[in-house]
Amino acid sequence: MFDYDVCVIGAGAVGTATARELTRYRLSVCVIEKEEDVCSGTSKANSGIVHAGYDPEPGSMKARMNLRGAELIRKLSKNLDFSYRQNGALVLCFDEADRPGLDRLYERGLRNGVEGLEILTGEEVRKREPAVSGDVVAALWAPTSGVVCPFGMTFAFAENAAQNGAEFRFLTEVKGIEKAGEGYVLHTGGEDILARFVVNAAGVRSAEMHNAVSGNRLEITPRRGEYVLMDREVGGLVSSTIFQLPGKMGKGVLVAQTVHGNLLVGPNAVDVEDGEDTETTPEGTDEIKERARKSVPDIPYNRVITGFAGVRAHEKGGDFIIGEIPDAEGFFDAAGIESPGLTAAPAIGEYLAGLVAEKAGAERKEDFISSRRGIPQVAKLSPEERSALIAERPEYGRIICRCESISEGEIIDAIERNPGARSMDGIKRRVRQGMGRCQAGFCTPGAMDILAERLGIPVEKVTKNRPGSELLKW
Amino acid sequence: MEYHDIVIIGGGPAGLAAAVSAYDAGCRDVLVIERDERLGGILNQCIHNGFGLHTFKEELTGPEYAERYIRQAEERGIKYMLRTIVADVSPEREILYVNRDEGAVRVKAGAIVLAMGCRERPRGALGIHGYRPAGIYTAGTAQRLMNIEGYMVGREVVILGSGDIGLIMARRMTLEGAKVKVVAELMPYSGGLKRNIVQCLDDYGIPLRLSHTVTKIHGKRRVEGVTISEVGPDRRPLPGTEEFYSCDTLLLSCGLIPENELSKQAGITLSRVTGGPEVDDGLETSAEGVFACGNVLHVHDLVDFVSEEAARAGRNAAAWVAEGGSDRGGELPVTAENGVTYTVPQRIRTDAHDEKITVRFRVNGVYRDKYVAVRSGGAEIKRLKRRIMAPGEMEELTLTGEDLGKCAGGITVGLED
Repeated sequence: MFDYDVCVIGAGAVGTATARELTRYRLSVCVIEKEEDVCSGTSKANSGIVHAGYDPEPGSMKARMNLRGAELIRKLSKNLDFSYRQNGALVLCFDEADRPGLDRLYERGLRNGVEGLEILTGEEVRKREPAVSGDVVAALWAPTSGVVCPFGMTFAFAENAAQNGAEFRFLTEVKGIEKAGEGYVLHTGGEDILARFVVNAAGVRSAEMHNAVSGNRLEITPRRGEYVLMDREVGGLVSSTIFQLPGKMGKGVLVAQTVHGNLLVGPNAVDVEDGEDTETTPEGTDEIKERARKSVPDIPYNRVITGFAGVRAHEKGGDFIIGEIPDAEGFFDAAGIESPGLTAAPAIGEYLAGLVAEKAGAERKEDFISSRRGIPQVAKLSPEERSALIAERPEYGRIICRCESISEGEIIDAIERNPGARSMDGIKRRVRQGMGRCQAGFCTPGAMDILAERLGIPVEKVTKNRPGSELLKW
Repeated sequence: MEYHDIVIIGGGPAGLAAAVSAYDAGCRDVLVIERDERLGGILNQCIHNGFGLHTFKEELTGPEYAERYIRQAEERGIKYMLRTIVADVSPEREILYVNRDEGAVRVKAGAIVLAMGCRERPRGALGIHGYRPAGIYTAGTAQRLMNIEGYMVGREVVILGSGDIGLIMARRMTLEGAKVKVVAELMPYSGGLKRNIVQCLDDYGIPLRLSHTVTKIHGKRRVEGVTISEVGPDRRPLPGTEEFYSCDTLLLSCGLIPENELSKQAGITLSRVTGGPEVDDGLETSAEGVFACGNVLHVHDLVDFVSEEAARAGRNAAAWVAEGGSDRGGELPVTAENGVTYTVPQRIRTDAHDEKITVRFRVNGVYRDKYVAVRSGGAEIKRLKRRIMAPGEMEELTLTGEDLGKCAGGITVGLED
């Protein structure tokens, strides 16, 4: 009677990680997503940091999932072939009066089980990171902090889930949920979907999903954060991720070299009404630039290549809400997933899938495929390896995106993966076409044509993301 | 490793003119490497006329102008490769190129001519706030989509920046049936040629609003409109001057940046002002045997000047190969001052090869009835009257051997009353 054993709402980092873990069991799994592709909400616009875990309150879900998530990412980055680098993090203290705060963070880290923490003097900090401000008097050094490609990780989870039988339904928005016998019916505007179990990984809309089935209401505020991203040529200004002592709105503005080598500054934290309000603002941009200057005075803002904003789901209790809803049997939340949500995602997936499988009495599959190969990054190969690959598949020899050296072959791969790119943003997030310093000026025409041809659609139907974002205007 | 006397990176107007002149100067082993599927570079999408008045004394379209040089190259049997990208250049003049047929291949060059052109400044670098919907294009991307691919990019258009490509696209889109509502320019003067303002905006009744900029982009999926604000003398938006323009497309024509990623790999010294290599009067960069010309060197407004400059680079590269290098003797630095933003070349050899040395420069504002003064060691070498000068128009002056004979130490080029 059910269409699926488990329906996961939301194809972000948490939804895809959970789907992947669920496919370890004898369960039919479907991921439904309102956008046209994986990784289109909170997961697409964040700091890309794998947090060490000194920040969350000991004993909280955030602390538990953070630590386990960081451990899993280190392992999974190899098995699932996504970009990750352990670069360490510094939390800067600018005033002797704030030293107790730094010590508290250190203590909290120890209690959370974070390894390798040290308090450094200002001098030691500047020796490690010469660009850091002379005003820094001390810092917490967390060597286990890392940077990850948020897109790469989410696509890896999604592809591996699909390899193991998970189904994906895009452009499918959940408009209502009702209890239906032992399970739930999801109203989507199109056909209804019947699922025995539901996992709510709907990001900024997770309260809406939760409140449809539970009397204990959640309150989630979309909290917007702006960023500016600079050219890779200046990415080496810092090597570790530079934080400031956290305040009540979160971890504050960071300065980091992304896993791809760009310099990233942000985010601020502004509560907004609309979960899709990803506008950048002059005030927000000025705020992050100014606050980052406190950590690193000489940030080359004349090398900014783009600015963006993301929205994270802040639940008023301040912790992640993970688990079966007591008054809605068979409905599992992953709600209020703000920072360190990206880090926590694989741990949340592992934990929730375990709960669902237990509830369902599902057995583990013996033929679970635990590894996946990513799309080859052709320009990073040696000339010999590159030639060999091109001889095998000549499309890898035709460069479409000059700034990031992305070939036609990589773009075709992005489209032909499962789930594959259906839009220009989908290509961009999978292979970085258009993410360089010209921001897709040169490669847009080429990538558009490849996408239209491979999808078998007329070029005027090619979209930036979901329908309504067509690139051309006939 | 395969060897070529001269490898030219880029088969646009600069690369082609350099190849032809290198051949004519006696070099028979010239290889042009082009990343696109055809020679001619950006000229292929410039289907408007106005090219060639200086070079051919007639008015041609971009593709016609390119065709003349492509024919000259083919008549000479100059080798070229298409759909081939140069991935790396070393200071020892080793080049790594990549294409479908051969994979990744290293070649050694006697001399190299850099002719990679330039790219457009994107939205992110301009810091325009708001959403990031579809429908925001740099003017050149829109031009390529319309003129090469035959696609219509928008119906109701606002253009930010009055660079030449933006002005040309205002006319082009109007002719294709789009409504161009306004061209906003941050500066109090246009960045484009006067003739383009008249022929592309005035003739079609398209308003140009100087000292205005786009302060917000509306629309989550496709552009639904933009907010335009007036800016003060500090170029910051003035609160209370916001005006909403509904549109589905925003074109950006806000400056061109020489594409020097390869030059950086080769360790070549770049000018902070032009964004291109610093060169001597022979257009040789700081890397021996590596020459630069066209928009990779500094952004030009007329292709005719690109061709002339590139021909010099090609000739000098051929001489460099024939003579087995050049003896770097004394050099006089050329410095821009008093309203002049830069000069190309930035240094002149005391044993300069050419009889006449062309010095190109730009000014930092609109100036009327000023003199351009060339000075060295306190003495005035040259003084030229100019009725009007503007940042959008490249200026030039010529120094002769006699002029150089009068120079003692560094040369300055500046504006005087």
